[in-house]
Amino acid sequence: MKQKKNNAVVRYNRWGYIFLIPFMVVFVVFQLIPLVTTIYNSFFENYMSGLKQIGPNFVGLKNYIQLLTQGDLMKYFRNTMIMWILGFIPQILLSLLLGAWFTNPQLRLKWQRFFKTVIYLPNLIMASAFAMLFFTLFAKTGPINSILVNMGLFKQPYDFMAHVGSVRGLVAAMNCLMWFGNTTILLMAGMMGIPDSLYEAAEVDGATPTQIFFRVTLPLLRPILIYVMITSLIGGLQMFDVPQILTNGTGDPMRTSMTLIMYLNKHLYSKNFGLAGALSVLLLILTAILSAIVFRVSAKDDVH
Amino acid sequence: MKKRMMSLISLALVGAMILPNAVIADEAAADEGKVLNIQVWNEEFKSRITDHYPGYEAVDETHGKIGDVDVNWTITPSDDNAYQNNLDSILPGNVDAAADDKVDIFLIEADYALKYVDADANVAMTMADLGINEDDLAKQYKYTQDIVTDANGMLRASSWQACSAGLIYNREIAKEVLGSDDPADVQEAVKDWATYAETAGKMAEAGYKMAATVNDTYRVYSNNVTTPWVVDGKVVVDDNIKAWVDDSKAAVDAGETTTAELWSDDWSQGFYDGTVFCYFGPAWFFNFCMHADDETSIAAKGGWGYVEGPQGFYWGGTWICAAQGTDNPTLVKDIILTMTTDNDVMKEIAQADADCVNNKEVLAELAADDSGNLELLGGQNPYEMLAAGAENVDMSNTSPYDQGCNEEFQGAMKNYFDGNAADYDEALAQFNTAIVEKYPELVVE
Repeated sequence: MKQKKNNAVVRYNRWGYIFLIPFMVVFVVFQLIPLVTTIYNSFFENYMSGLKQIGPNFVGLKNYIQLLTQGDLMKYFRNTMIMWILGFIPQILLSLLLGAWFTNPQLRLKWQRFFKTVIYLPNLIMASAFAMLFFTLFAKTGPINSILVNMGLFKQPYDFMAHVGSVRGLVAAMNCLMWFGNTTILLMAGMMGIPDSLYEAAEVDGATPTQIFFRVTLPLLRPILIYVMITSLIGGLQMFDVPQILTNGTGDPMRTSMTLIMYLNKHLYSKNFGLAGALSVLLLILTAILSAIVFRVSAKDDVH
Repeated sequence: MKKRMMSLISLALVGAMILPNAVIADEAAADEGKVLNIQVWNEEFKSRITDHYPGYEAVDETHGKIGDVDVNWTITPSDDNAYQNNLDSILPGNVDAAADDKVDIFLIEADYALKYVDADANVAMTMADLGINEDDLAKQYKYTQDIVTDANGMLRASSWQACSAGLIYNREIAKEVLGSDDPADVQEAVKDWATYAETAGKMAEAGYKMAATVNDTYRVYSNNVTTPWVVDGKVVVDDNIKAWVDDSKAAVDAGETTTAELWSDDWSQGFYDGTVFCYFGPAWFFNFCMHADDETSIAAKGGWGYVEGPQGFYWGGTWICAAQGTDNPTLVKDIILTMTTDNDVMKEIAQADADCVNNKEVLAELAADDSGNLELLGGQNPYEMLAAGAENVDMSNTSPYDQGCNEEFQGAMKNYFDGNAADYDEALAQFNTAIVEKYPELVVE
């Protein structure tokens, strides 16, 4: 009898596995196999010289050693983080503010749907098109410069693409513009999940809106904030299209706006699978470590 | 039945041997592929074929017909190396590709010609295998053949252009600042780099840029080097390249030129607004790039002049290669012979498109009378200078790495000119980094 029941459970559970098959197939083909081959490739010397294939020759950890000792890996990592932070701070502040306004029942904002759509719109434009647009707008002979010169603010057109601050600033501004809408929607979802009774209780106790925001909303929003931060960090580490297009792939001036993925992309010219593979593995480790740190730091209080 | 086929074939073979050349071409073509696939990076060659190849009919933007053969144009822009990436992925397997998919013709540029005419890579047919011999190509300039000759001395491509280049100056500005727009007087003011720099100072005083960007002069220096970019696997910066850096830095600091990229809007403004004294380029430059077809451009008003400039140089040029594995060898051979050796066709090209053709006889004819006068140069006839320049072009210091080295060097030095790199060495270090990324097999200092 017991045996029979077990069989029925197993037979029923089978459906669970069957429904998992599509995901597993896609995962194995498009994620697991590339991941394993990337790691495998990272131990080989394997690239094209003109039309000639060099390798694959097994070289052990040589690619890793070369990246860590010769390349400017730390410099590109720093560039990436600087541009991410420059964009992320205004983005999260703007999103918190907008989220709080949109979810505040006392304000009764009109045209909410319209504004929610509008702030999300920049995310619908392809990043490369967005970067191209900024490149044209901020060219030395572009419209922004001619406006500034005509207004008398600048005597000479300012070469935005030839200065570290302006290039990094433009990249950060673009990332912020593209993603603050998305973050706002996420934070709003989190804010609407906070029970109204808590707000009401705070109001009854005589808390000001500022106090409510910092004492009630923010602490309860922490899980969503951590999620936003980690996804943004991973996205930030993979920053590529905006600076790539804006600087024409050079990361100039002096490679101060070259991100890790742009550096990875540089190895595509010679189809250097070995070095690019090693770089990808390092990036994977780096992402894992950073995510762990962010998670630990922000989730510390929740453990209790 | 089989026997009959055999005898027919042998008869055809015997017939082919006896019949005169032209007839064979037609007969053989009948057995060959029905689709001619051509790989290019822009419209230039397509418009040359459309306008000048007898029997070509355009069907639409990317298709045409030659007799009963369909012509397919695959246009892949050069940006970001896309054109070469495309060739690299299809040429090695071209021999085994399906008949209608086989690439028959692909074009190459001087900057990376050595990569595709390499004997080991063997992706371009030798002219000898195609049945084109030295006598057929005798009227071409030697440099156009040197660069596409492989290590075994076999020629693997042919060009209709001779791209010797010079200095193209704005006549209005020449009159105002130098007092004359006569080519002889202007040449006197730019005859060497010291005089050029002096004139640049005068231009800056009068409010004009000597050249649109530092990259305009780059090729003039880089073509007159004494060592190739790579010697025994090691990257070497030639003295003349270093001279470009020093002269350019001085010019940028003095406000005589800018650091904009070639082909950018900042660069091409001088074609219209008359703020730039000179550009550097060969015939295809004033024909293809200076917008003579746009009424508002200076070229349309005939406002440019042409002189040799401080040093002779060449720039670009397009070579036609027959892809290894082509199933239309006869047609390909005919296209190459017609476009790159036929006097009538080449004279037509020179006159209709202001192209400097790779044909000594035609250039001599054009230089001899007014038929070579160009409206966009204010009626000046540049062909004598172009022909003399083509004789002197020296391709002996080219290497397969030239394109990458030239691009990366100019990119790295821009940092130095803009003041973002503290000194030359810092910019050079960035060039070295970029080169090893592009060519992992090279060693830098």
